Amino acid sequence: MRAMTYRGPYKVRVEEKDKPRIEHPNDAIVRVTLAAICGSDLHLYHGMMPDTRIGHTFGHEFIGVVDEVGSSVEGLKVGDRVMVPFNIYCGSCWFCARGLYSNCHNVNPNATAIGGIYGYSHSTGGYDGGQAEYVRVPFADVGPMVIPDWLADEDALLLTDAFSTGYFGAQLGDIVEGDTVVVLGAGPVGLAAARSAWLMGAGRVISIDQLDYRLEKAASFAFAETRNYTHYDDIVVEMKKTTGGLGADVVIDAVGAEADGNLVQHVTSAKLKLQGGSPVALNWAIDGVRKGGTISVMGAYGPLFSAVKFGDAMNKGLTLRMNQAPVKRQWPRLLEHIQAGYLKPSEMITHRIPLEHIAEGYHMFSSKLDGCIKTVVVPGS
Amino acid sequence: MPYTADKPVPPPTAEQLRARVPGWGADLDPADRPAWPKERFAPGVSGAHWEYPDEQQPREGREKSIEHLQLTPVFGTAQPLHGLSGAIRRYAYDRFSEGRAAHWLLLVAGDRVESTGAHLRSLVTLRPDNPVTETGLLSELHRHPIASRRGRVDVRHQVLDPVIVAGPWLVAGGVAWMLARRLLRR
Repeated sequence: MRAMTYRGPYKVRVEEKDKPRIEHPNDAIVRVTLAAICGSDLHLYHGMMPDTRIGHTFGHEFIGVVDEVGSSVEGLKVGDRVMVPFNIYCGSCWFCARGLYSNCHNVNPNATAIGGIYGYSHSTGGYDGGQAEYVRVPFADVGPMVIPDWLADEDALLLTDAFSTGYFGAQLGDIVEGDTVVVLGAGPVGLAAARSAWLMGAGRVISIDQLDYRLEKAASFAFAETRNYTHYDDIVVEMKKTTGGLGADVVIDAVGAEADGNLVQHVTSAKLKLQGGSPVALNWAIDGVRKGGTISVMGAYGPLFSAVKFGDAMNKGLTLRMNQAPVKRQWPRLLEHIQAGYLKPSEMITHRIPLEHIAEGYHMFSSKLDGCIKTVVVPGS
Repeated sequence: MPYTADKPVPPPTAEQLRARVPGWGADLDPADRPAWPKERFAPGVSGAHWEYPDEQQPREGREKSIEHLQLTPVFGTAQPLHGLSGAIRRYAYDRFSEGRAAHWLLLVAGDRVESTGAHLRSLVTLRPDNPVTETGLLSELHRHPIASRRGRVDVRHQVLDPVIVAGPWLVAGGVAWMLARRLLRR
């Protein structure tokens, strides 16, 4: 089969790989019909995620058609059109029994801090991902869901991670009616979080980013007020001024480790991989939220250290909530919202490319060229 | 603006917001939010029809974190450990917990050893690494490279990227040229 493979930092290509096979009785093999490139794939692409091995196939956002099922699979059959949450989880361990699917203890031998994720290095279990023609889907009775007939493929694709994660980020903000919500980052997850904050009763939603084209999307797709932080001497002061001096009730960090820090941070993290990235976004969240406020972290941070202003967080009495989204828990409610016409996640897609052009897709996304917000990858085209 | 008990910037009314944003307030009740309550013991709702999953085979030789009491019943088999990078990674997994910087820095070192070795090996294959196609540079031709970068603060960092990507190639080329010249002079 054809699959994207990692060749080292900033280098990927498409090559022939063996088609995945059933390795466990509850596995399924899914023929991928659509995949996407996620912002957190860039941590792998930039060589920042430890234990990313040569030949690894990325891609944790994908949908497809069931091609083969293992002997103990009861809920899926060959030919089913399925969406697959980016989390791999067993459904039965201590964490899964409490709904913490992204924290499953039975699928990732390489670490205990995080569960399994498709195509996200051996730090998350060593599973190849969906930027390929076929992918192995463990625990087929637990993770995937048959896509309802009325749901379009591209909307389903966005539910496998980006939109569900943004919605989860808004939930973790514990928003109450009238809250002022600041969303750091206007990439796909930030856009979804901003849009979702309204569902939960936000009174104001403010998106902050450095790219005007993304802020335009935040205004049109997520109905947010926007601030381009490069236009302000100090964005924290602007966050205070716009909230009457107090700060926002809720700040959602949808940026993560690769925030654009100072030169020293950039060289030691992005270039030398000696720290887990720049803590700029997280520190802005701590500074910009009001005392007693809540910070929700959706941005992906690697396991390496980075300097976070934890003293300020303590002094301000903040609540910090964070996790990888347990995607499948969000689906029933999100499907209701899509069916009611409140949301159309696929509106954030800007580019569609064949799998064979994926190296160019990664460069375009990494370098933020051509107004790129979300890129869909189509195998076999 | 004096600091009083009231919210300094009053938000719009619910009616105004409903008129502006489709679905505003649909999840006002936290009970309608699927992540609330945060943890609810509900075994059996996930679709799992086992108390403990069957164990994937074969299990020998698969590395695991020393924080795990056992090899997990299911695991990825994407790229098994091999060679020098494999030895470095295995040492990181066998010796250091996830709480130790040495664990992660050894894994990063293993990554660099493997990618350098894979690159060198590719040079003696029919499909060597190609710094033009594999870095996606060709997308610069038709993705508005100048307009896309105008006014951005991260551009000052991006000037380092070509140095990082092309630098090793230039150094290797220079060394090869010097060696070739020295051989030809003999």
